[in-house]
Amino acid sequence: MTTQATEIGTLEALAEAAAAPKSARASRRSARWRGLALPLALAAAWFALSESGTLPSQIFPAPQAVLRDLWRLTANGQLAGHIAITTWRVALGFVAGTLAATALGAATGYSRRVREFLDPTIQALKAVPSLAWVPLFILWFGIFETSKIALIAIGVFFPVYLNLMTGLQGVDRRLVEVGLVNNFGAVDLVRHILAPATLPSYFTGLRAGLALGWMFVIAAELMGASQGLGFLMIDGEMTGRPAIIIGALILFAVAGKISDALLVAVGRRLLSWQDDFAALQDRERT
Amino acid sequence: MILEVSRLGKRYDEARGVGHDALRGVDLFIGAHEFVSLVGTSGCGKSTLLRIVSGLEKPSDGFIRLDQRPVSGPTSDVAMVFQDPRLMPWLNVRDNVRLALLKLPRNEQNSRIDAALTKVGLTAFAVALPRQLSGGMAQRVALARALVRKPSVLLLDEPFSALDALLRMKLQDHLGELWRNEKFTVLFVTHDVEEAVILSDRVVVMRGAPGRVEREVVIDLPRPRVRTSAGVQAFSEEIIRALHLS
Repeated sequence: MTTQATEIGTLEALAEAAAAPKSARASRRSARWRGLALPLALAAAWFALSESGTLPSQIFPAPQAVLRDLWRLTANGQLAGHIAITTWRVALGFVAGTLAATALGAATGYSRRVREFLDPTIQALKAVPSLAWVPLFILWFGIFETSKIALIAIGVFFPVYLNLMTGLQGVDRRLVEVGLVNNFGAVDLVRHILAPATLPSYFTGLRAGLALGWMFVIAAELMGASQGLGFLMIDGEMTGRPAIIIGALILFAVAGKISDALLVAVGRRLLSWQDDFAALQDRERT
Repeated sequence: MILEVSRLGKRYDEARGVGHDALRGVDLFIGAHEFVSLVGTSGCGKSTLLRIVSGLEKPSDGFIRLDQRPVSGPTSDVAMVFQDPRLMPWLNVRDNVRLALLKLPRNEQNSRIDAALTKVGLTAFAVALPRQLSGGMAQRVALARALVRKPSVLLLDEPFSALDALLRMKLQDHLGELWRNEKFTVLFVTHDVEEAVILSDRVVVMRGAPGRVEREVVIDLPRPRVRTSAGVQAFSEEIIRALHLS
């Protein structure tokens, strides 16, 4: 066979690809440092503007003032409680919203009949501004945890639902036909073709849903809470301490970024088969 | 296995504008272990005919029978190789081939996969992902996925048309060899007339819209056939003339 030569060439390429992960990981680490450059530069500029007196300290306190307040809250143990309760609310709302969205999105994405019955209603509900649910939820669930988690779940629901449904609808017909000519039943079709093919789109939905979860937890905590990062911001406003507000803002950014990074890490593992633009750039980097 | 196509018609309805007939009154008889090629002008419905035989589409008229039994959907006796490899990008070569064997016990799956990959010369790539394969290798995996079921009828829809000339010849030889050894019945759609002549017992020429069978040419040349031989050239010219008849 004359293709033998090209096959051996490809084998070598395969061996190289297998050896690559170590250096790829190293270069991902350096990419992470690159991501820190802009926040550090902003912090430096903030520090300089505060020191020079350009930023009035009673309105826009200096970074060290923010750090001092955060440190005080850390030392007396309050901050850990605020972060924990907010994270817990986001987590519960995210799980609840994701479960509902996955069940409904899978049903409407898979079955045309179910889609025709349900999707118009769900799309109409999506058009309701999510904060408009607040008064109803407070009436139904009270002002405590349940209403907050319900609101967060609503925020998470729509992007997950939409991405799962459209992802299922968008699975390549040609791949589905491979299942059909091999006599796949519904279970095999979902398990071996539809679910894996939809995963990239589903992950996009999860990331968008998680971001909205962090957004809605603020709204939930602003509407009445005795603990949490949102409460901390209200507290800072009431007591005239902008440093606390800015500190809570930064904590939100950090928490959102960390939770998103966790999700991305899971996604990278599950979706490493993708032959996309990002994979091309990974290959060029090493 | 004997494949019978009777008075087959396929009409696409007015969902998008005007309805049209893709096939009308197509009759075809393919004997057990016969290798038949379908050639035809583009748009004559030869791919549609293959999709109906595979069970992916329903005919509007007429019927398909396998060994006298009517076919109404995909069956385990019939395997199909498409024009593109259609491998699942998230599965390695082994697991792509495994998709054809899901109902078998695991150890039987594995031994059949090993045998199929040996047959197409890809054992070294068993754990490679599709993106790591060349076009020719990917199409051989698709061929392995079809053969691993030990089908009685193999349908191929222009399987080599996207490959370069050298690789195409190699895979043609390979397919011919597999067919001689495994004794399945082949219905092979192609637009490459020479390819049809070299491989087939019989070439069916389809024409027109709606498509119908224009002519059947029995290729009674001894095998193996040489591309440049006078016999192959004469048959090729005859078929090309049939394709261009006005």
